[in-house]
Order: sequence, then structure tokens, then C-alpha cells
Amino acid sequence: MASGQVLQQIISKTQKELLAEWLQTQAADGASRPDLMKESELREQSREFLSLLQDALRVGELGNVAGSAWSPVHEFLAGISRSRAIQGFSPGETATFVFSLKKPLFARLRREITQDAQALADELWATTLLLDQLGLYTTDTYQKTREEVIARQQQELLELSTPVVSLWKDILALPLIGTLDSARTQVVMESLLQKIVETGAAIAIIDITGVPTVDTLVAQHLLKTVAAARLMGADCIISGIRPQIAQTIVHLGVDLSAVTTKATLADAFLIALKRTQSTLPKGAAG
Amino acid sequence: MDRIPILKMGRFLLVTIQVDMHDQLALTLQDDLTSRIVASQARGVLIDISSLEIVDSFIGRMISNIAGMARVLDAETVVVGMQPAVAITLVELGLSLEGVRTALNVDKGMLLLQASLDAEGAQ
Repeated sequence: MASGQVLQQIISKTQKELLAEWLQTQAADGASRPDLMKESELREQSREFLSLLQDALRVGELGNVAGSAWSPVHEFLAGISRSRAIQGFSPGETATFVFSLKKPLFARLRREITQDAQALADELWATTLLLDQLGLYTTDTYQKTREEVIARQQQELLELSTPVVSLWKDILALPLIGTLDSARTQVVMESLLQKIVETGAAIAIIDITGVPTVDTLVAQHLLKTVAAARLMGADCIISGIRPQIAQTIVHLGVDLSAVTTKATLADAFLIALKRTQSTLPKGAAG
Repeated sequence: MDRIPILKMGRFLLVTIQVDMHDQLALTLQDDLTSRIVASQARGVLIDISSLEIVDSFIGRMISNIAGMARVLDAETVVVGMQPAVAITLVELGLSLEGVRTALNVDKGMLLLQASLDAEGAQ
């Protein structure tokens, strides 16, 4: 069984030439992208990977890549996959970084073990298995990094798209843009209620001009938000109801009679101004 | 603490809930408050729940019961200072406290009570 000793010896003996050859292979396979990463940086990364691989081979088992001896190698690969994902490398190019090491390594193994065909086959198999696993690991990490980026963007989009605007003393506006689902409603509700606490607003105008469709679920979410704001002591006005949406709401049998509704934000603002002046007597500031 | 204090302010009663409500405490409050409304001929009740951070369906229903009882005794109830998290919880529980008036803080709640008392006097 291949122990990794041969491999380790080869790497330590011929590290310089191996590195040069590997860099050439990387260039030939298209793993190095001179437009995205400097040649010197790539050389440094390759050198570090070789020395980490050598360390791991010295202490760890070749067949047990998940073992603790391999964790520095894993950490290093995770680091470069992450940075490459951000730099704009494709997953293929990232994995080729590891896979391209096969060619120079195999050539050396063949030169080293000339007598015993069985031993050569064993060594080659073990090496290819090792590099495949490491290559797949880079792809996994690359994928995970991309998913993290997507999740973060979604979160940012969610927060960006629900600003609460202070229109006037005691009047808040909440222009909703995009579809309202449960997660979004939660964010909308929380930010609206928080703002009501901060500003002490008496009226909140929810403008749904930017909401493309209103179905029963969206209407229910809207009503929930209105009910929560009422519990806090603030009235809600729903504005920006387009003609088609008014038709859908009636066809669906959604009951919005408990809420003041207005066609445009301007109308809603006007009525809000009137109400704040009439319900709050003079000297009722704050 | 086994009782929630009820303070008299002019023609109104002021209840501030400073501790987490448990069921027995809510029932005691209900008893105390109704007898107090009758004894003091109060015209309005202001319940400040700004320190209340946890509610369940029982407490939610209790608040709307108290409001209902006060109304029968001709006193208006205003619940003030509800925390956002509490409001969201009550809505999710399906308790939107219909018929209970709300205000953001004690100041505004008092103005609301005063305004409705004035409106009644004007009629």
C-alpha cells in the first residue's frame, strides 16, 4: 500500500523543478489567469501549497484526507478558493489549480519507480485519489462562498427595499416595492414598529404603488401590519392602490373596510395631516 | 409581588404593569380594577404595558376582557406603550384587541382619554 513516503520524498527532493513545471502546467491548462492574479502571487500560493502538502504527507496518512494532519492543507485551499471566488475565477479554474499538479507529479513517480509496476500503479492511484479529493474540496468551498454571497445579497435586498420615511411630524411613510411574502412582511412590520417607537408617530402611510400583485396572502400580510401598528397606538392608511389591484381585491373578497385606503400617496398624506391636527390638541408635542 | 398597583389620577385610573404577567396576577388585576372603577367612579382606565416583554394568548385576552368590563362600567380603556415584539406576537396569535383603544405613550393616552371625556361633555 502506498504510504505517501515516496510522494513526500519526491516533493522535498525536487521542489524547485516541480514548482516550475507545475506553474507551466497551470498556465497551459488555463488555471492561471494573468488578468485576475499576478504571476508572483500564483507562484507564492503554489509554493505554499507544495510545502503544506509535504508537511501533511510527512505526518498524515495518504488515505485519510479528512484527518487532522490535513487540516492546514484544507484551510489553505479554503482560503484560496474563497479569494478566487471573489476575484472572479470559475470553479473549473479553481479546481484545475490542484488537478494540474498531477502531470508533473506523475511524471516524477514514473521516473522514481521503474522496477515495480504494481507499486507504481498503487502510488499513482493513491496520488490521484488524494489530488481529486483536494480538488473537489476547493470546488465545495468555492460553491459555499458563492452561496454565502447570494444569501448576503438577498438579506441586503430585503433590508434595502423596506425603508421607513419620516414625512412630517407624527407621520411616517412606508413605500413598499416588490412582492410581499411572509419573510418580507416580518421585516417590514419590525422596521415600521421600531420607527413608530423611535419617532412617536401617530399615523403611518403604507404605499403599495410598487407592489406588483395583491392576492389574499399579501392582503392578509398588510392587514397584520396594520393591526400591529394599531396595537402600538398608530393609525395606518394604505395608499397607492392601482385600478387593477382595486378590482382584484374586490373579486377576491378581501375585506379592507377596517383600514383607510386612498388612491394616491398625496391623498393619504393630506388626510394624515388633517387627522394629526384634529386628534392632537395644541401643545401635544411628543 | 402579588398585586399590581392601581393609581388614581383625577377621573382616571392608571395601571402600570412593571413585571411579567402571570395568569393569577392578571386575574387579580381584573378583580381589583373592576372594584376600583366602581369605588372611585373613574371615567377612564390607562394601562401602561411598556415594561411587558412577554405575552401569551391568555394575557392578550385578559387585556381585551378588562377593556370590555371597563366599558360596561362606563370607563374607557386605553392601552399604551406596547412593545413592537408584543404587538407582533399578539397579531400572530390572532388577537388584534378589537375595541381596545391604543396610544404610543402615557402622554398621548391621557390626551386621548381627556379628548373623549371632553367630547362627551360637549354633547
